[in-house]
Amino acid sequence: MEFSQVRVYHPFVGPFDPCPPILTKTYQTPVQLFIPFQPPNLPQFNPQEALFKGTLWPALYSPYESKWGKEQ
Amino acid sequence: MWVYEKKLQYPVRVSKCDPHMAKLLLEQYGGADGELAAALRYLNQRYTIPDKVIGLLNDIGTEEFAHLEMIATMVYKLTKDATLEQLKAAGLDPHYVNHDRALFYQNAAGDPWTATYIQAKGDPIADLYEDIAAEEKARATYQWLIDMTDDVDLQDSLKFLREREVVHSLRFREAVEILKDDRGTKKFF
Amino acid sequence: MEQQKPCDPEYYEMLEQLQALDFALVELNLYLDTHPDDLQAIQQFNVLTQERTQLANIFQEKYGPLQGFGRAYSRYPWEWSQTPWPWQV
Repeated sequence: MEFSQVRVYHPFVGPFDPCPPILTKTYQTPVQLFIPFQPPNLPQFNPQEALFKGTLWPALYSPYESKWGKEQ
Repeated sequence: MWVYEKKLQYPVRVSKCDPHMAKLLLEQYGGADGELAAALRYLNQRYTIPDKVIGLLNDIGTEEFAHLEMIATMVYKLTKDATLEQLKAAGLDPHYVNHDRALFYQNAAGDPWTATYIQAKGDPIADLYEDIAAEEKARATYQWLIDMTDDVDLQDSLKFLREREVVHSLRFREAVEILKDDRGTKKFF
Repeated sequence: MEQQKPCDPEYYEMLEQLQALDFALVELNLYLDTHPDDLQAIQQFNVLTQERTQLANIFQEKYGPLQGFGRAYSRYPWEWSQTPWPWQV
C-alpha cells in the first residue's frame, strides 16, 4: 500500500497562453482502482482510528490534502 | 421502513463563519452527484437488481442519508448566525430573498435538484457502472470542496465523506464481480 | 438517575465512542454484503453489536433516547422531541 495515489503529468505549454502556465498537473488514483475484490482478514484500524480515517481497513485508506494556499 | 437515529455518523465541526462555503457545499446537498441523488439512486435501483446485491444497495443508500445530514449540518452551522451583509458578500442574497436561511435542494450554482440527475436503466451492469461513476464523481467533488477551504475542521469532515466514496466505489465494483460470477464461487484477485 | 444535560465534555466523549463502534459496524455490514461467507467478519460483527448495545444503553440512560418509534424508553415528560438535535450540538 506504499504506492502513490497521485499521478503527475506536464501539459503542453502553448506559446500564446494568456496565463502563466501551470507546468505540473496531478490527478488522484485512489486505492479502489487497485483492489478488484477485497481479500478477507485484512489488518484493521481500531474503531476510533477507523472513524477518523473513514474506513476500517488501512488498505482502503486514501488520504487527500487541500490544495488551498499550496499553489506554486 | 426507516428508524431515525438521533446522532450524526461522524462529528461535524466548523470553526470559521464562512457562509460562502455553505453555498459551495450545496453541490453535495442538492447537486447531480450529491448525497440526496446518491441515496435516491441506490434505494430506487434496489427493487430491480439481482437479489445477491440488493442488500448492498439498500445499505449504501441508507448510509447516504447520514451523509446528507452531515452536509446539512455544515450548511446550517455556516449560515444560521450569518448577518445579512455576510450573506450578501457570500453571494447568498438571491438565496435569501427566496428562502431566508432555509436549506434548499439545489446545487452550488442554485439549480434545483431534479430526478434527471439519477438513472435507473434496469440493466444490473449499467446501473452498477452508473453507481461506480457516481461515487467517483462525488469523490472528486469532495476533493474540490476540500481545496476551497482552509478550515481544517471542515476539511476533516469532508475527508471522511471523500473516503466513504472510495469504500462505496469498491463495494459496487465487488457487486459487479459477484454478478459476473455464474457458479457462485468466490474469486480473490 | 438524574439525566445530564448534553454538551458537557463527557457527552461528546461518549458520543464519539458510540460513533466509532457504529462506524466499524457500518464498515463490516457493507463488507459482509459482498462477502457473506466470511465467518470471522460475522463473528466480529456480532461481538461489536453486543458492545454497541451496551454502550448505547448507557448513553441513552444519561442523555435520552437515540431512536424513536419504540426503540428506546422515555421518562416524563416525553424525551424524544427534546433538543438538542444532531445538527445543533
